[in-house]
Amino acid sequence: MNHLVEEMSAKALKLGIPLTVQLDLTYRCNERCVHCYLDHEDHGEMTTSEIKNLLDQLAEAGVFFLTLSGGEILMRRDFFEILEYARMRSFCVKLKTNAVLIREKEAERIRDLGVESIQISIYSHRPEVHDAITKMPGSLKRSINAIRFLRSEGLRVTIANVLMLQNIQDYPGVRALGSELGVEVTIDPTITPRMDGDRSLLDLNIDQVALERVFREEGLVENAGESCAPPSGPDDEVLDSLPCSAGHTACYVSPYGDVYPCVQFPLPSGNVRQDKFLDIWRHSPQLNEVRSITLRDLTGCSHCSNLKSCTRCPGLAYMEGNMRGPSIQDCEKSFVRTGIQSVNLMSKKSGGAGLVQIQSVPAMATAASA
Amino acid sequence: MSEKCYVARSTKIAARMMGDEMMIMLAPDSTLFTLNEVASVIFNAADGTTPLEVIVAERVCSEFDVELEAALKDAEHVVKELAGHGVLLVSDEPITPPLAFAQVAR
Repeated sequence: MNHLVEEMSAKALKLGIPLTVQLDLTYRCNERCVHCYLDHEDHGEMTTSEIKNLLDQLAEAGVFFLTLSGGEILMRRDFFEILEYARMRSFCVKLKTNAVLIREKEAERIRDLGVESIQISIYSHRPEVHDAITKMPGSLKRSINAIRFLRSEGLRVTIANVLMLQNIQDYPGVRALGSELGVEVTIDPTITPRMDGDRSLLDLNIDQVALERVFREEGLVENAGESCAPPSGPDDEVLDSLPCSAGHTACYVSPYGDVYPCVQFPLPSGNVRQDKFLDIWRHSPQLNEVRSITLRDLTGCSHCSNLKSCTRCPGLAYMEGNMRGPSIQDCEKSFVRTGIQSVNLMSKKSGGAGLVQIQSVPAMATAASA
Repeated sequence: MSEKCYVARSTKIAARMMGDEMMIMLAPDSTLFTLNEVASVIFNAADGTTPLEVIVAERVCSEFDVELEAALKDAEHVVKELAGHGVLLVSDEPITPPLAFAQVAR
């Protein structure tokens, strides 16, 4: 991270400012990706005026980095009206899109509005693989055309390449495509559960052998050797640090106005249709609970030797049942990376009680077992 | 710099006050800047229609204990530097930006 951004993040944390917000404008989408965690039905999206009012509130709250995402953002007919309003309120706007609806005219408009960057999902360089994942014939061609339009306007584009069983062989091809198009490629080997808690999507995750290959590939991971080295155990500085920025300097707002610590952390913390954003940000018991947690408080993790380099996601931990517990998905990633089993993985395998917190034993049960 | 110097915020930037500093991100190359309190006042007042001298006299000298001549010299230096990075537009005539940016919140 740029040192000035780090400095600003530290200042935002100190001042209690939500520096970064992801706002999903819609869950509707023109693709039907096999790994998507969303329900694409419209259950009552915020209107244009509700979103403009929210943007006013976010600006007043000090939000600087605004990610507009979905669903597919261009499914909203008022998308450019919202984007123009966001830019008039001086947000640093990043867009996440599949880009199939972006042609020359849209690319030019995005450039004129001073968007900072556009992240586009590309699953493979091969149409038969990409289109099978999006379930939209012709989608790869249209997304690539859009990248060319955006690049010709001088815009910064990033390809997001999510890896799953269907496309694990193709990331070198996507990287080559990125080089040809002059854009950065980021690779994410994590498939997350659906927001409603359905965990069946996790079956799409790549296996450990493939994950190990990804983690250890020089050129793909910066300092792969260092990143995969067995970490030193947790020290006080690490134990007193925060799990991540969710709820601290960042949060997520759904198309229905629900506020969560992060898009991957579906802990309902308020709704901007009922309360002012800043009141939710400052006073939500849920966000305040998230803020109260340091790494020292985490079950198992606090004495795990992988803690220092672990990418534990508090949201995934929450979806596994305990925001103070482990994210086993991340334990598994740490194990693949460092070769050291995490405390929670060992506990899980031995059937230990590390993940269960018993607060009291009813007298009847004690008597019956005696 | 001409006596009638007009300054306007570029439409390609993002900006937000954080505490007493202004954060600015330049969209074309994602360069991040921070401005101190005085520079933030000038930046916020750069509406393209108020001459720099008036901004300095009415906003800077009234808020900070500084002489007009010294403040104007510093302001011209700041404006030149920010214009060089594309953060501000400078002209000897009033500037009407294509997108009417609201004053930066906070």
